[in-house]
Amino acid sequence: MEDKETMPDALPAKPEPVKQPESPRISRRLWLSGAVTAATVMLVRQSVGKVAPVVPSAAPEVMTPATDLAAVDPTKVIGAGPSGYGTTSLFEKPERLTSLTSSRTPLQNLYGSITPSGLHFERHHGGIPVIDPDKYELLIHGMVDRPLVFSLADLKKFPSVTRTCFIECSGNYRSGKAEMTPQEICGLTSQSEWTGVLLSTIFKEVGVQPAATWFLAEGGDAAVMTRSIPVSKGWEDAMIVYAQNGEALRPEQGYPARLLLPGWEGNTSVKWLRRIKLSDAPFMTREETSKYTEKVKDGKIRQFSFVMDARSIITFPTYPVKVQKGWIEIRGLAWSGRGKIERVEVSVDGGQSWTAAELQGPVLDKAHTVFRYLWNWKGEETRIMSRAVDETGYVQPDYETLAAARESKGGYHFNPITKWLVKNNGEVFHDSPKSDDLS
Amino acid sequence: MDKSSVFKGYLIAIAALGAAIAIALYAFLRDPQEETPDKFGFGKVAGADRIKALDIDVMPDGRGLPAGTGDIRQGLIIYTEKCVSCHGNGEKVDYKLPGDALFVNQPAKKTKTIGTYWPYATTIFDYIRRAMPYNAPGSLSDQEVYHLTAYLLYANKVIPANTVINEHSLPKIVMPAKKNYVVDDREGGSDIR
Ligand code: HEC
Repeated sequence: MEDKETMPDALPAKPEPVKQPESPRISRRLWLSGAVTAATVMLVRQSVGKVAPVVPSAAPEVMTPATDLAAVDPTKVIGAGPSGYGTTSLFEKPERLTSLTSSRTPLQNLYGSITPSGLHFERHHGGIPVIDPDKYELLIHGMVDRPLVFSLADLKKFPSVTRTCFIECSGNYRSGKAEMTPQEICGLTSQSEWTGVLLSTIFKEVGVQPAATWFLAEGGDAAVMTRSIPVSKGWEDAMIVYAQNGEALRPEQGYPARLLLPGWEGNTSVKWLRRIKLSDAPFMTREETSKYTEKVKDGKIRQFSFVMDARSIITFPTYPVKVQKGWIEIRGLAWSGRGKIERVEVSVDGGQSWTAAELQGPVLDKAHTVFRYLWNWKGEETRIMSRAVDETGYVQPDYETLAAARESKGGYHFNPITKWLVKNNGEVFHDSPKSDDLS
Repeated sequence: MDKSSVFKGYLIAIAALGAAIAIALYAFLRDPQEETPDKFGFGKVAGADRIKALDIDVMPDGRGLPAGTGDIRQGLIIYTEKCVSCHGNGEKVDYKLPGDALFVNQPAKKTKTIGTYWPYATTIFDYIRRAMPYNAPGSLSDQEVYHLTAYLLYANKVIPANTVINEHSLPKIVMPAKKNYVVDDREGGSDIR
């Protein structure tokens, strides 16, 4: 191959049958690092300097030769050194699925209940703004005794609270194809550990007046996003958060500070929060009239549907996985905006019988809850599905029940049971209802 | 009085004294900061100018609307220049518009537009002023927003050609879809709604 001349003479003492690297730059590094085992002091020095760039953070060039690196015996090569900010293994490539205005969490590629910050779903209406934290300000005014402006540093001085909960977009329902992953069907839900200050703490600081019943939350993005929120939610459990999974919020999650309304539709947790105005009525913004309202029965349009009803989805085995006969651990997530998940039931016979799945504790309020169900598959064609039951006794409906109750085939707050068809050859497909996506 | 009852009396007195000392010690040693204050004194007072600069919202009863008058014909001119490329002219097109159709010349059953879906006319003013045109948000003058609001109400057949749109008349417009709006009545439990 063309890069042969550039290779040093010193080869690994016991060369493994290394596949010829495709990239000349990488190949040189590989061979150099291999040369370390030849143990000439000079080469060690040289290689130390040159091995370093093989750190995965040099991503783009290292990505293709993953197989080459894999072909090297890692016990015979000095590995990469420490780095300032770590990243995923170069063999792992979970990715959000992006559209122009949103991206979806790869639910089927995740473990446990926390969504890595870089995989949290996105939905924005005017792109991601760049906000200098030193210039950031949050104004609170309207029906308050003392209108105040808080800097980011001010917000961080208040007593802090950390809580784990999900955020789900209320437009989180897609269907219509057999070849759909959990990510495509319902990837607009993610979970983080959030840290910030309780909105009730801030309410006391500004002195919210008793006559105030609603507040406007406004973002500092190009959409200048606005939602009206009942003041009661502010006293109950709303937060202004500045941290996610142990570090500052990601820009696409509202850096440097966002509202967090546990259990409520994602759009209300206004990102890049710049203003809160207390008032005695809702503001009827575009996002709570033209959007984020849904057609329900008798031709009505339902408004202020804040709470996310209970939902679950099997994340394994799902399209495009192919399974084999024998023991299969069915895995998935369940959550409810009204409190804790009480129970998740799994059916492996197309919905004829249901058995309680095992829940991973501790089960948290308004949080993604992991469920598991051990299934000994004999190879017959069948449909598998899960349904969530929350602590209010709400049972996640199937598609037909929900469509009939709403007189609607989709749209916001559509949370039907997701069914998976397991073919006798082990292929798994989404058993999609014939619905249109109205959202 | 026998000896043992005197002794008992002493014991009770000592026990009582001990309890009193314990309570006093607890009160003394307790962290005086344990009570969370109602106010921390963080943040700065927001002056009137600062509030005015950000206070751009408009409410259905007209609170927040600046003074101004909208002219339908002026609105059409601005719409043609700054909006039609993304929102169309109300005719059917065989590609996806970058922005939603805001009105349709031939009503189609499913199309959600200002005329068929929006419950308040003030929302048009508030939204266009804060977020449109998409490629230059916040670039329109209040006067331009009034013209556009008037034009969009007219194009949706909500108002006739001679209507004067201003800060007094805009909140009084009754939108066709208003009557269809209901407030969420889901409350968990066994009901599916
Ligand atoms: C570059 C394309 C573009 C231009 C130009 C543009 N818009 Fe938009 N408009 C959009 C997009 C995209 C949205 C949806 C934004 C979102 O995702 O929230 C939108 C949304 C809207 C909506 C809300 C629609 C609904 O049904 O909720 C209105 C009203 C609107 N625009 C008015 C205007 C007006 C008036 C102008 C001209 C001054 C304008 N737009 C110019 C792209 C555009």
